[in-house]
Amino acid sequence: MAIEIEQPTVELSKVAVSETHGEDSPYFAGWKAHDEDPYDESSNSSGVIQMGLAENQVSFDMLEEYLEQNSEASSWAEGAPGFRENALFQDYHGLKSFRQAMASFMEKIRGGRAKFDPDRIVLTAGATAANELLTFILADPGDALLVPTPYYPGFDRDLRWRTGVKIVPIHCDSSNNFQVTLEAMEAAYMHAVAMNIKVRGVLITNPSNPLGATIQRSVLEEILDFAKRKNIHVVSDEIYSGSTFSSSEFVSIAEILEARGYKDSERVHIVYSLSKDLGLPGFRVGTIYSYNDKVVTTARRMSSFSLISSQTQHVLASMLSDKKFTEKYIKTNRERLRKRYEMIIQGLKTAGIECLKGNAGLFCWMNLSPLLETPTREGELALWNSILHEVKINISPGSSCHCSEPGWFRVCFANMSETTLDVALKRIHSFMDQRKTDAIQSPPQQ
Amino acid sequence: MERQHQLLSQIATNDRHGENSPYFDGWKAYDNNPFHPTNNPDGVIQMGLAENQLSADLIVDWIKKHPEASICTPEGVHMFKDIASFQDYHGLPEFRQAIAKFMGRVRGGRVTFDPDRIVMGGGATGANELIMFCLADPGDAFLVPSPYYPAFYRDLGWRTGVQIVPVDCDSSNNFQITKAALEAAYDKARQDGINVKGLIVTNPSNPLGTTLDRETLKCLLSFINEKNIHIVCDEIYAATIFSSSNFISISEVVEEIVDCNRDLVHIVSSLSKDMGLPGFRVGIVYSYNDAVVNCGRKMSSFGLVSSQTQYLLASMLSDEEFLENFLAVSSKRIEKRHSVFTKGLEQIGISCLESNAGVYVWMNLRHLLQEQTNDGEMALWRVIINDVKLNVSPSSSFHCVEPGWFRVCFANMDDETLEVALKRIHAFVGERKERETLSAKTKCWKKNLRLSFSSRIFEEGIGSPIAMSPHSPLVRARN
Repeated sequence: MAIEIEQPTVELSKVAVSETHGEDSPYFAGWKAHDEDPYDESSNSSGVIQMGLAENQVSFDMLEEYLEQNSEASSWAEGAPGFRENALFQDYHGLKSFRQAMASFMEKIRGGRAKFDPDRIVLTAGATAANELLTFILADPGDALLVPTPYYPGFDRDLRWRTGVKIVPIHCDSSNNFQVTLEAMEAAYMHAVAMNIKVRGVLITNPSNPLGATIQRSVLEEILDFAKRKNIHVVSDEIYSGSTFSSSEFVSIAEILEARGYKDSERVHIVYSLSKDLGLPGFRVGTIYSYNDKVVTTARRMSSFSLISSQTQHVLASMLSDKKFTEKYIKTNRERLRKRYEMIIQGLKTAGIECLKGNAGLFCWMNLSPLLETPTREGELALWNSILHEVKINISPGSSCHCSEPGWFRVCFANMSETTLDVALKRIHSFMDQRKTDAIQSPPQQ
Repeated sequence: MERQHQLLSQIATNDRHGENSPYFDGWKAYDNNPFHPTNNPDGVIQMGLAENQLSADLIVDWIKKHPEASICTPEGVHMFKDIASFQDYHGLPEFRQAIAKFMGRVRGGRVTFDPDRIVMGGGATGANELIMFCLADPGDAFLVPSPYYPAFYRDLGWRTGVQIVPVDCDSSNNFQITKAALEAAYDKARQDGINVKGLIVTNPSNPLGTTLDRETLKCLLSFINEKNIHIVCDEIYAATIFSSSNFISISEVVEEIVDCNRDLVHIVSSLSKDMGLPGFRVGIVYSYNDAVVNCGRKMSSFGLVSSQTQYLLASMLSDEEFLENFLAVSSKRIEKRHSVFTKGLEQIGISCLESNAGVYVWMNLRHLLQEQTNDGEMALWRVIINDVKLNVSPSSSFHCVEPGWFRVCFANMDDETLEVALKRIHAFVGERKERETLSAKTKCWKKNLRLSFSSRIFEEGIGSPIAMSPHSPLVRARN
């Protein structure tokens, strides 16, 4: 028998071999199922409909119209220096015009209720980079951030993978519509202390992903006060701020700080991005807005690893400085999202499915707990699997969002045409009808 | 303020961002008083920025002819929706294919690159950090031949916790990397209890502008195979090789060595230098190791290339005619600049390390040092910044063990500005020589000498190096 001489394998880093990238979660298994058999209106009408992707595709027409009238080429055509200077521009401060445009856009989204200083804006390649970067700055390896559950599955990777920082969940449940409570925050904090883990901050997503709801003012005040007492940071990921169905319902942490005269604000940092509100995830546009000078300086330096393409900054600077365009866009986008939301809520209701009352985002938080065979994570995953394979829609199980209450699912509604949404709702309807029929025909064993 | 300080992480409050280095003092001097041919002709000329600005006209030309390559024009907007929503960390297939082709072409078509091994990084800055995260744990080390790019201190180690173990090179053999130096550095690290995970080389070298020959590359590969450590080849200056020269990439040599464990070999590339597009943040990690490609790809989520930019470049770099012409013209222009600059320096007895690539020269000013020490170098450098008004980069900022060398960039300005820079250097050297000569002559001859001597040097272009006393009264007076 021949002896195989194995090449000694040299190890990769611990980070490289760990599974903290999180891709083995069911969150992604559904994506794979979709990729293998994607729904298409004409060519594959029985394929899997992707409802696990929180993307905003309802307002592209407005962007396209703007670009047709304000061609990128026309700005280059004005002369070589324009393109050349732009292509050479790698200053981590970012294009001033772009920072100003972002600051003004963020103000508009908040109805002018908060002011943003362009010099506090740090640009990063997407909110993914922004969240990781902030974590590197605010916490040491082994420390923790408190994050209310349910939360965006990508946080497991973004906040923890390369940073070595832990997430300690603040458990929320349906008894009070999943709102964060002081008790839950205290419990999470004490839990960390008991494990000898140093808590460095609270990270909230407002409006919430996956809940699709804004955080109430009183809760935000409580979170700020809690952070002050524990002397920790607050990171507010406001990536869905422009996707609230009605402008007046969103309260940004920036507004509260302004009302407090910016007292004790150096512990607060806001993350924003154009991936959801403008539907441009491919452009990798993220920002960190910090009230802490040292964080701004350090974040800016660190952003060297993930700067925004100057080409992209240039195009968006002019688009977002166009007041007429941005006002129309923000207003119309909100209306369209609200309409979609109402369509899906109504459709689900007639199928006998209730959702958490939402007012923002690109998804709704659907309650299928009555359908669970067992009120457990396994029961939820079994249900999820049958929905994926029988109903052929990919939705995200609450457990992948670390929800402590089984049976909830996030369902996206803005990443498809209305027609496709209709098809999805019909399928869900049939599925629910079938289950009712099955229940009648084979009642539970006594 | 103190309380604020405690609220942040160790990474946030340590010095590994590297900005406290004197390397940046020159930049500050430039920022405070930037040269402009008409508005500020006495300002500081920036010669510390390694950028390739010589061939932007070719790119602008292409862009004007291809409005459809931009998704933000009427001609290209039909692709807007698909591209703007594309955030897949695999990258646009056509982008990866174009990059693979580009890398192959830059290496003279002697190697083919597999588009599926291409991983994006936020510029080479992001790519270098990414590969470190994949290969090394906090506290591990990478061997880095000195002199090396100053920002490696930040890029390789700030957030990764990876240490740099320098492999010192000096002028005794034109700064070549020797097996002995590698072994010595490796052994010492091991003795000190440092876990060496790999070696990173920049080829063509920054700041030297030299390329590694086939023998050295083979030697490096056998070294890393023997020690079972990784090799990362930062080849971001590959296309800045002079037209008369041939660049040998590690990718060529890997295919030649039979027992080479390819899982150890990784290349970093970028379009920032080769194409002069640093603002577009196109960094590439190319690994022969499947696990590294998989892991690296996931990590690239933190620094993906804007899909808008991927789309534009996919189009541009697939235009073979354009690319072939661009690379040929760019390389010629760089070589010409290099020639003009080095000849201008030779006229006043300043020599540079012989180089065949890069957008800078490694200038030898050892003969102008008052003392052959770091202090001597810093003193001279301050004179160059403050009096000659040129921002050049001192060898100490590249962690070079030999003081007196300076990296001087020549491709980030127009011809006229380069002329001004040369004139200033001529004047500076002439003045120093004159003062030195004067100190040895009697006073009554002073006036005549000053006029005739300095003008003779400038106009006649004396070729032989003028030996300068290391105890020049000019420098001593300043100290």
